[in-house]
Amino acid sequence: MTATDPLQIDGAGIRFKNIEKRYGGLFALRHVSLDVAEGECVALAGRNGSGKTTLLRIAAKLVRPSSGEMQFTWQGDQDCATPRTGFVAHATMVYDELTAEENLLLFARLQRLSDPAPMTERLLSEVGLSERRGSLVRTFSRGMRQRVAIARALLQQPQILLLDEPATGLDPEGVAWLAGTLRKLRDAGCTLLMSLHGESPISALATRAVRLDAGSIVADTQQGAEMHGILEFVGG
Amino acid sequence: MSLLSNTGALLGKELRTEFRSRELLMTTVIFILMVIVLFSFTFDPTSAESRRFGAGLLWLAFLFAASLMLQPCFLREQTNDTLSALRLSVSDPFSILLAKLAANTVFLLVTELLMLPVFAILYNVPVVRVFGQLLLVLFLGSLGVSIAGTALSAISAQARMRELLLPVLLLPLLTPVLVASTQVTAGLLDVEPFLQWKGVGFLAVFDVVFLTALWLFGEYLLEE
Repeated sequence: MTATDPLQIDGAGIRFKNIEKRYGGLFALRHVSLDVAEGECVALAGRNGSGKTTLLRIAAKLVRPSSGEMQFTWQGDQDCATPRTGFVAHATMVYDELTAEENLLLFARLQRLSDPAPMTERLLSEVGLSERRGSLVRTFSRGMRQRVAIARALLQQPQILLLDEPATGLDPEGVAWLAGTLRKLRDAGCTLLMSLHGESPISALATRAVRLDAGSIVADTQQGAEMHGILEFVGG
Repeated sequence: MSLLSNTGALLGKELRTEFRSRELLMTTVIFILMVIVLFSFTFDPTSAESRRFGAGLLWLAFLFAASLMLQPCFLREQTNDTLSALRLSVSDPFSILLAKLAANTVFLLVTELLMLPVFAILYNVPVVRVFGQLLLVLFLGSLGVSIAGTALSAISAQARMRELLLPVLLLPLLTPVLVASTQVTAGLLDVEPFLQWKGVGFLAVFDVVFLTALWLFGEYLLEE
């Protein structure tokens, strides 16, 4: 992802087939069917509680749908059961009691990356935390933690990147940096599925916008003006 | 191989974070110390009295310590939703449970080994000559407590009233381990120390059975 690295990623597609998710009697998702093509950048919009996070967690295989099916479609290494997937969630998903470097090394080892140290070093440099690599994450600001979280999600050069309001805690400079990073990933072929609130430099990357309301898809478009309308909607 | 390497990496993380903060070890060591010291005032700790009550008292203190220690085991992972990050990263979710139970066993054993000399001095019970056999019982007993406790900690962390749920579920499930551990320890503290192989065998079988169950069904315990 540096200027000298010509990044090429075999993106993967996601197919949600009639997905339903219930928590007790409460429907988080109702009959959601959505095909996200390889290399597509889809923005999910909608009010709080509309089902965006649930859909992303189902895509990450962290939540099992009550009914329906989610599948990945991709070319390339079909020996793997699932494509490489990165997830940036609401919570940072990193350990406060470890340093930024220890966090990345831990997750790199768990993902069995062949040479974790250089990858960790490179990502820390890219997220602007090289100088704080040895500091405990609990001493970081929210924006810095979010940068560690993004670095963690990028460790295995994901074919699919799932982002749940990824700009949370980032200052305008951080948002611009994230938008630049996501643009490079999108252009390299990585599939992006992200939930957003309102328009931002990140929403400008979307090639398609989907709006959820009360767990159902109410709008899905690739048209510029309509997309603008969906992404402009912030909801309550 | 990935199971072992993932477990190793996660165990390293558990030990590093605990020895950095020392939250669990400090709390449990102080708690057990208080229990052992307080009980030493309630009866005259002659050698004969200690041999009658000592083993039960020791395992009761270890049980309380374990319930203190096991509670935050998975709750800690909820603070930043790190459990989700682990589930996304490992190829076999059993490695998460295996690392947790290995860490819990190590923490329990460290606590027990720190408390054993205090117990021996305050209760006037010689433990040096049976130390090797005592270590075997402590290991098997602690492993049993950790296996069952780790599984229940994973269940209770996602439930409402989680602080209440773990002890309520833990105590009945651990009764067989505690009875066997106490009996074997009592035999070792006897005037003529002896190792009850039947009890040791029971502890080993308990550990194997519960570990197998955790391996088979552990994945479901980690699901949201």
